[in-house]
Amino acid sequence: MPDTTVADPSAPDRPTTASHRLRLIGGRIPLARLRDLALVPAIVIIAVVGQIVSPVFLQTDNLLNVLQTMSEIALLVLAETMILIVKKMDLSLESTMGLAPGVAAWLVVPAGPGHGLGLLGGGWAIPLTLAVGALVGAVNALLIIRFGLNGFIVTLGMLIVLRGGLTGISGGQTFFRLPPSMLYPGTASWLGVPASIWICLTLFAVAVVVLGWTSFGRSLYAIGGNLDAAKAAGIRTERVLAIVIVTGSVLAALAGLLLSGRLASVASAQGNGYIFTVFAAAVIGGISLNGGKGTMFGAFTGILLLFMIQNVLTLAGIPAQWIGALNGLIILAALIVSRITGGRIQD
Amino acid sequence: MSETPAHAGTGRFRGPPPIVEATGVSKRYGPTVALDHVDLTVAAGQTHALVGRNGAGKSTLVSILTGLQAPDAGLVSFAGRPAPRLAERDAWRQRVACVYQKSTIIPALTVAENLFLNRYDRGRTGLVDWSASRRRAVELLATWSMDVDPRTPAGDLSVEQRQFVEIARALSFGARFIILDEPTAQLDGAAINRLFGRIRDLQAQGVTFLFISHHLAEIYEICDVVTVLRDARQIVTAPVAELPRADLVAAMTGDAALTGRRAPNRGVDAGRSPALRVRDLTGADGAYQEVSLDVGAGEIVGLAGAAGSGRTEVAETVVGWRAAAAGEVEIAGRRPRPGSVPDALAAGAGFVPQDRHRQGLVPDMSVADNGTLSVPARLGRYGFINTGRRDTIAAGMITHLAIKTPSPHLPVSGLSGGNQQKVVMARALADDPKLLVLINPTAGVDVRSKEFLLNKVQETARAGAGVLIASDELDDLRVCDRVLVMFQGRVTTGFSHDWHDHDLVAAMEGVNLDA
Repeated sequence: MPDTTVADPSAPDRPTTASHRLRLIGGRIPLARLRDLALVPAIVIIAVVGQIVSPVFLQTDNLLNVLQTMSEIALLVLAETMILIVKKMDLSLESTMGLAPGVAAWLVVPAGPGHGLGLLGGGWAIPLTLAVGALVGAVNALLIIRFGLNGFIVTLGMLIVLRGGLTGISGGQTFFRLPPSMLYPGTASWLGVPASIWICLTLFAVAVVVLGWTSFGRSLYAIGGNLDAAKAAGIRTERVLAIVIVTGSVLAALAGLLLSGRLASVASAQGNGYIFTVFAAAVIGGISLNGGKGTMFGAFTGILLLFMIQNVLTLAGIPAQWIGALNGLIILAALIVSRITGGRIQD
Repeated sequence: MSETPAHAGTGRFRGPPPIVEATGVSKRYGPTVALDHVDLTVAAGQTHALVGRNGAGKSTLVSILTGLQAPDAGLVSFAGRPAPRLAERDAWRQRVACVYQKSTIIPALTVAENLFLNRYDRGRTGLVDWSASRRRAVELLATWSMDVDPRTPAGDLSVEQRQFVEIARALSFGARFIILDEPTAQLDGAAINRLFGRIRDLQAQGVTFLFISHHLAEIYEICDVVTVLRDARQIVTAPVAELPRADLVAAMTGDAALTGRRAPNRGVDAGRSPALRVRDLTGADGAYQEVSLDVGAGEIVGLAGAAGSGRTEVAETVVGWRAAAAGEVEIAGRRPRPGSVPDALAAGAGFVPQDRHRQGLVPDMSVADNGTLSVPARLGRYGFINTGRRDTIAAGMITHLAIKTPSPHLPVSGLSGGNQQKVVMARALADDPKLLVLINPTAGVDVRSKEFLLNKVQETARAGAGVLIASDELDDLRVCDRVLVMFQGRVTTGFSHDWHDHDLVAAMEGVNLDA
């Protein structure tokens, strides 16, 4: 006879084992929040090590210096993080960062030693930069979303085209004698802190709020986590993807503007090779290359950790010739550390 | 006395030791007991059914029987000898194989390559000898009389053919004990019959099956012995012939049996505008032609048909998942832009898509986020999410649909299948839809959740919504006031609620019983 007496309607369905383990680790705090903070211990350790290596490290000037040098690339990390969360990628951000201010400088800088054409007034520089960024993003979005081309290859092609475009308009030389409006964002100081730091931190704060507390932000995770489910739930997926890609390129243009202002020039190689650091920082910060996972705060801690380590190495007097190799090693080491502290496979 | 001894069937199979025997197997995950002293004996040549609700311990038992996990206590033996160590994958492969619901076939490779993946024949040079591999594949498929060309790319195979290839691969390792994990979940009636035919042939050739299914009828059709698990415990093991259906359902659910025809829904509210009006709809890819149908407010209409009949495509067109080549769709008097899900939802549709894993849920997002994905406007102003309001809505859903979850913040992938489906349903109901469209709403869902979901559907209709259920599952169609049958892309027949099973099935298969 089958047992029909033990009827316990309250017996809970057993959740699958993986999630059960997650719950044990996470306790009452959602695990996502803990993963968010995974790099904070590493940052504290680097700060302590830095202070031991050189007493300069924790001084305000040095910290502001770290934040300022990372502010441009941090904006690229912000842009790439959004794009990775929707399960796309954009390699062309680094050349957008060079081309956008490059086009502005080309049209605005007076003819002569500054290599410009001098067609437009100085006030056009910033709108032009951002417009070029938006245009690049729109082309990328068109190719990726409307024509369904592979984002990796499209943006790789775009990376090469834009890089070549900048070399073409500049003749391989550096634009300088930039108008004051272009110099301002990279050189101004508000309340004793460089404007680029304000801009960078504000945009990150906005991004944290948008991704965490708006329907638009949550739809990014839904799209990256399961595009079909997002579509079936009535999310206008194509529109959201287009907004993300275009915004990413505009942010890259803004990053280029900050960098050009700080260096008072646009070199034809501006932004060259940045994209590798950007991807490394995002992955270290817990962003999944498979989409739908990771937070903006995590990405910020990723890029912050990388730049703090570099700063400590510089303070320790490591010869400049070795910095490149060490940068690569730092990225690998940071990935290993975040794998250990995050305890998850980086996919 | 309430538990039949586990060796119930062995009297008929005296002689050789059972092909697999698990005794006193227990497994815990932290504080959760996944298996509690379960015994399972499968005699050679027998087909044994393993049934139980989601979370009863079936998957854990399968992973122990296939050597993916070690039991905390208890013994597993194959043909009288103790099971190999976990690390000896080859030894396990020679004894047992599991064909999972999710295919492990690589679509881009040919059948032959899939069969001998990583163990190709090599020529003298050490390079892969393709012609020898192909010959071996032909032999293997012929031995088990499987009608598949080894040169076909596996991606071109039908679901059932893919299952055959997986079975053939398992047999080629030497295993004669095969676990089938819900093999019929994605098959239509004809394919299920072919699969069962194959299973019987293979049985005759000395292959033993452990069959996991939610469909009790299938168990009665092809299994000899059934073992029921519930809440990690073995409830009963008995020959199928000696266990009436009501008792089997009772053993699974712990409740009194719940079968039989439902009371028909109350009449259609003729005074109100229809919830759905479809006219001359023709699919862009030829999946269906000139389909017209109406769903009144408060009415439940079934759209039945075999796989490939176009029923799924019609339902998906109604909610804007795909756009039709011609024809019109009117939801509650409004005509949403074709091919736009947001427009269809705004017009008052609620949508439970066909496959919750593929279209229904974002696995890493929480229960609360998944449940509220389609109603951003209700979560807060100006696109911001008021987390308090979201959690209130989610808590309402969890109560309303009796979703079993420790917290609304748990990733939805942590729930059992039935509860995941309830989350999808909760989302479809979140905005008080005027039209509810469901596609295979109870696929892969345990008996009790199924009952619950269908009750909710009726409740929704009583509240005045029109419901369209596209399904080939008779239990889903039993709640309908009317059933329209599609065959090869056209609506061929209509039934009122008092249809007979065999008439409906005949219509779905395109068979004319009167001829």
